[in-house]
Amino acid sequence: MIWLTWRQFRSSAAIVLGALVVGVFALAVTGPQLADLLRDSGEDFFTRLSTDGTKKAVYLAGTALAYAVPGVVGVFWGAPMVARELESGTHRLVWNQSITRSRWLASKLGIAALGAALAGCIGLVLTWWSRPLDEAVLRGYTDNGPYSAPRLWPEVFSTHGVVPIGMTVLALVIGVSAGLVVRRAVAAMALTLATVVAVQVLTPMLVQPRLMTPETMTTAITSENLRGFMMSGDENAADPQIVVEVASGQVGAWVTENRTLDPDGRPVAYLPAWAKACAPDPRAVSAEVDACFLKLADEGYRQQVKYHPASRFWALQWRETGLLLVLAAGLTGFCFWRIRRDFT
Amino acid sequence: MSTALQARGLGKRYGRTWALSDCTLEVPSGRVVGLVGPNGAGKSTFLNLAVGMLRPSAGEIEVLGARPTGPDVQRARVGFVGQDTPTYAGLTVGEHLRLGAHLNPAWDAAMAQDRIERLGLDPKQRAGRLSGGQRAQLALTLGVAKRPELLLLDEPVASLDPLARREFLQDLMEAVADQELTVVLSSHLVSDVERACDYLVVLVDSEVQVAGDIEHLLATHHRLTGPRREPAQLPAEQHVVSVSHTDRQSTYLVQTEAPILDPAWEVSQLDLEDLVLAYMGRSAAQRHANGSRPALEALR
Repeated sequence: MIWLTWRQFRSSAAIVLGALVVGVFALAVTGPQLADLLRDSGEDFFTRLSTDGTKKAVYLAGTALAYAVPGVVGVFWGAPMVARELESGTHRLVWNQSITRSRWLASKLGIAALGAALAGCIGLVLTWWSRPLDEAVLRGYTDNGPYSAPRLWPEVFSTHGVVPIGMTVLALVIGVSAGLVVRRAVAAMALTLATVVAVQVLTPMLVQPRLMTPETMTTAITSENLRGFMMSGDENAADPQIVVEVASGQVGAWVTENRTLDPDGRPVAYLPAWAKACAPDPRAVSAEVDACFLKLADEGYRQQVKYHPASRFWALQWRETGLLLVLAAGLTGFCFWRIRRDFT
Repeated sequence: MSTALQARGLGKRYGRTWALSDCTLEVPSGRVVGLVGPNGAGKSTFLNLAVGMLRPSAGEIEVLGARPTGPDVQRARVGFVGQDTPTYAGLTVGEHLRLGAHLNPAWDAAMAQDRIERLGLDPKQRAGRLSGGQRAQLALTLGVAKRPELLLLDEPVASLDPLARREFLQDLMEAVADQELTVVLSSHLVSDVERACDYLVVLVDSEVQVAGDIEHLLATHHRLTGPRREPAQLPAEQHVVSVSHTDRQSTYLVQTEAPILDPAWEVSQLDLEDLVLAYMGRSAAQRHANGSRPALEALR
C-alpha cells in the first residue's frame, strides 16, 4: 500500500516540496548574512536592512511561502486524495483488493501528513533566519516597519515556529474531509481553500490571545509612556472622545489590551474632556500639558495593559500547534468514520 | 452443495426509490453463475452489496459465510470487477500489476504476467491510453490474479468485442477449473451466460424468477403445442411458465420433473434464451395482471 500511496502522491509532493526547497535554500544562504549585518550595524540594523533588497525579498518570500503552504497542501494534496478516486471510480478498483478501506485511508493520510509536517517546517527555517531580527527587537531597536515587528505579533507568529506544521497538517485533513463530503475534486478544492483561509484568519484573532492568561500591568499615564492619543469628534466640542494608549515598557511583548481605568478602577471608554490638554501637540505650552498629566494622576486615572511577554513565544507556539493538531485528529476521526459508514 | 452467497430480504434504497428490495437469493459454490435480468433489475446493486461497496438498507447478505464489509482476510477471498472496469489513468499496465501484487497476499504474478502478454498489453503503456476493452481486460486480470474464492463480475464483457468476449469467458472457465473458484457474472446477454455459465439466476425487479443448474433447467422445461385448453386442465406437476393462445391452439411453456405423457401435445425443447425470455416476460405479465407478485417456487 505504501508503494501505491507513494506512486500516486510523488508528483504533487515533488512540486510543493520542490518550491519549499528553493525557498529554504534562499533562506539558508541569506540567514548568516543577516547575522553579520546585525553585528556590523548595531543600532542602525533596521535602517540598513531597509536598503537591503535581497534580504527583504527573501524574508517576504519566506513569509509568503509559510502562509501559502497550508492552503496549497490542503487544496492540492488533501482535497483530491479521496475525491479524485471517487470521481474516477478507481475507489472501486482499490477497495476491492485485499485491504480494508480504513487501512487504505490510513496509509494515504499517514504519508501525506508526514509530507505536510515536513512542509510546515518552513516556519522553523524562518524562525532560524529571523533570529537577528528578534535579537534586535529585544535590544530595543525598531524602525516601526514590518521587519521590527516582535515575533509574538500574530502576523509573524503564524508563520514562525511550529504553528505552520500544525496548520499544514490541519489543512491537509480539512482537504481530505472536504473531498469525502462533497465527493468532487474541484468543489472540494474550493471548499478547502475557503476553509483553510478562514482558519488562518480566525486563529490569530480568536485563538492566539486566549492560549494563556496575559500579564497585567497598571500604570499612571505620563507624557513619557504615552504611545497613542486619539480624539474623535470636534476638538472644540464639549465632549470630545479621547482614547489613550501607553507603552508596555516590555520589548518584544504582544499587547492584547490597553485600556483606561477610572478613579474607581473601572474601565472607561473615554477620558474626560479636559484631558484634551494632554494631547501631544508641538504648539502646546508644556506647562499646561504637564498640568494635564498631573491632573490625570491626581484624579486617579490609570492605564491597564494586558500583554504576553516575549519569553512566552514557544509556550504559545506549542499550545496553538497542539490545538491545531487536536482539531486535525478530530477531523481524521471523521474521515475514517465516513469512509467506513457512508461509502457503502 | 455449499453456499457461496446468500441474501435474505436484501434491499437497498436511494432516497425514496428502492434499487433492490426484498431480494432472497442463494448462490451455490463452485459454479459459474450467470445473473441475468433486464436493465434496472438490481443486478449491479446486488453485486455491489455482495462485495461490500454498498451497505444494505434492509435484510442481510452473507458472502462465504461472513458479512461482506469484513476485515482484510475476508476481502482477500472475494474479487470484484465493477461495471465501468475502473483503472488508474496515470498508472501503467505494469504498475497496475505491481499494485495487485502489493495489495493482495495471494497474488498470482505469473498468471497476471501471462494474461497481460497474451492480451498483447504493453506493460509500459499508461492505462489512460488503453482502449475500453483493454482497460476491461486489465481490470479483469487484477480480479482474477488476486486468486479469490469468489469472483463477482458486473457486466464484465460489455465493453469487449465478440472475439475478446469469447476469449475472456474461455479464460474464466479455465480459471474455474484450475482453482476452486465460484464466479457470479451479471449480464443481460443470454449468449454470454450460455457460453460460460453452468448455473442461471434470472432476476427481475429484485425478485428471483428462476434459479438452477442450466442443464437441469433445460431438461425440465418444455414447450407444449396442441389444441387449445385452459391452464387448469394441465396435470398438477406441470408448472406453467408462460402461455399463449390462438383460436384453436395453445402454446405452453411448462416446468416439470415428470415426463410429458399427453399425446395431444407436440413437445419441443427450449434453448436458454427462450427460457430466460419466458421468465422475464412472465414477471411483466403478472405485474400487469394483478399488480402483486405471487410467491414463486425456487427451482433446482
